[in-house]
Amino acid sequence: MKGNEAIAHAAIRYGCDGYFGYPITPQSEVLETLENLMPWDTTGMVVLQAESEVAAINMVYGGAATGKAVMTSSSSPGVSLKQEGISYIAAASLPALILNVMRGGPGLGTIQPSQADYFQATKGGGHGDYRLIVLAPSTVQEMADFVGLGFDLAFKYCTPSMILADGIVGQMMEKVVLPEQRPRRTEEEIRLQCPWAANGRKNGRKRNVITSLELESSKMEVINNQLQEKYREIEANETRWEEIDTDDADYLIISFGSVARISTKAKELAAEEGIKVGIIRPITLWPFPSEAIRKAAQGKKGILVVELNAGQMIEDVRLAVHDALPVKHFGRMGGIIPSPSEIVEALKDKIINAGSL
Amino acid sequence: MKTEIIAAGFGGQGVLSMGKILAYSGLMDEKEVTWMPSYGPEQRGGTANVTVILSDERISSPVLDSYDIVIALNQQSLDKFAPRVKKGGILIYDTNGIHKHPSRDDIKIYPIGAMDAALELGNTKAYNMIVMGALLEAMEYKIPMENVIKGLKKSLPERHHKLIPINEQAIEKGRSLLK
Repeated sequence: MKGNEAIAHAAIRYGCDGYFGYPITPQSEVLETLENLMPWDTTGMVVLQAESEVAAINMVYGGAATGKAVMTSSSSPGVSLKQEGISYIAAASLPALILNVMRGGPGLGTIQPSQADYFQATKGGGHGDYRLIVLAPSTVQEMADFVGLGFDLAFKYCTPSMILADGIVGQMMEKVVLPEQRPRRTEEEIRLQCPWAANGRKNGRKRNVITSLELESSKMEVINNQLQEKYREIEANETRWEEIDTDDADYLIISFGSVARISTKAKELAAEEGIKVGIIRPITLWPFPSEAIRKAAQGKKGILVVELNAGQMIEDVRLAVHDALPVKHFGRMGGIIPSPSEIVEALKDKIINAGSL
Repeated sequence: MKTEIIAAGFGGQGVLSMGKILAYSGLMDEKEVTWMPSYGPEQRGGTANVTVILSDERISSPVLDSYDIVIALNQQSLDKFAPRVKKGGILIYDTNGIHKHPSRDDIKIYPIGAMDAALELGNTKAYNMIVMGALLEAMEYKIPMENVIKGLKKSLPERHHKLIPINEQAIEKGRSLLK
């Protein structure tokens, strides 16, 4: 099935309570598949096409406030519209899942694949000091798996997580093993697991207030400090990445999402010419696997960062290695996808034959 | 075993759905599969192509420089992808509307009259299955016909299952073009 379809199936099987979305290419199949599967008749999951992206994210805000597992999905321009709501959800410390199947920007851009929303997703696309847990799938299987992982992490830390996919992995079809169907949580389970939820006072429970507003600065600073403490904990516990043959390599290629697979093919092509390349694929873009990259970079001759943008993740790679070795970027934009041999050529031009710093 | 295939033509010729049926046939034959479409925003009339990879092992890149098999269904696609067949690979193209034929001698080239065959069959909608029949015949990796039928069932909505016999007939017709 397609990556977008896998998201829909996995959401139902996770026991998701509600999906609120608005169609936009290249992720409209998420909403379409959910409407075809009609989960409201089986698990009782709500599927709603909102009047706009802004309405959809605020429905997520409301649903999350009651302790429900709720999600939305969109593509780049639509995700920009959601940023205010995302900042509010993060500030109110609520769990939610947001899917962005990136397309080429800026503006309305193109419907073809892109990774140009890396900054938006990892540095806070909305206002204020907040972070999202950002998962970058590279296969249709990971599209399915990251729905469960994204929700689990969101609930564990009471913070929104985002699946940052690209149009390739959204539109591509591959074999996928779907998770077992889980029942949606009961009211009692929600009361037990989410004592903060605004789901009605019962059994003498005190009033729960969900808000992102605090006019008294001293209190607002405490809230900010609590958020930062939580983010440090997530950085310590939840950083994920994949490494391929980094020990024996002279050069590293670092890329995420479907581009990491094109880079893996480039690594095979380079090996035929006797060039030893290792691959690092950050799976969580935030928290970023800085330490793993720093370690893997030791003794290497250079790093090529390959992305479908003008150079975004490369900033985090350079911070990770403190520019101790040459770090260069290769990217295509506007919906163009580089081929494996283009990546090998870029590695030769920008790193191998470029001489010293 | 790993076979990397690209099929390219006009939108509306059924290139993407042929790729989908091929991918599902491979899936039914216990292979790892990747199906990656590339098409303009327009559904018909523009150029459409689809990459299908069938493999015993985990598939890395869905984006490729060269292919084991190229299927070209118009001049534009033939010009673009004929140079990208791997040495010793296979090129299948429909001669309908082609004025500039490929001239490589390091690959196997199968010109087929798929559009004529579809007209003979009296069903131009089965055009893509005629092309797929030729592909199945040319391909070194042989997918058992029962798995192709399973693939057809899996990729066609149930209401179209009555069309499976005509599709099967078209596949056989396509195979015969190469024999």
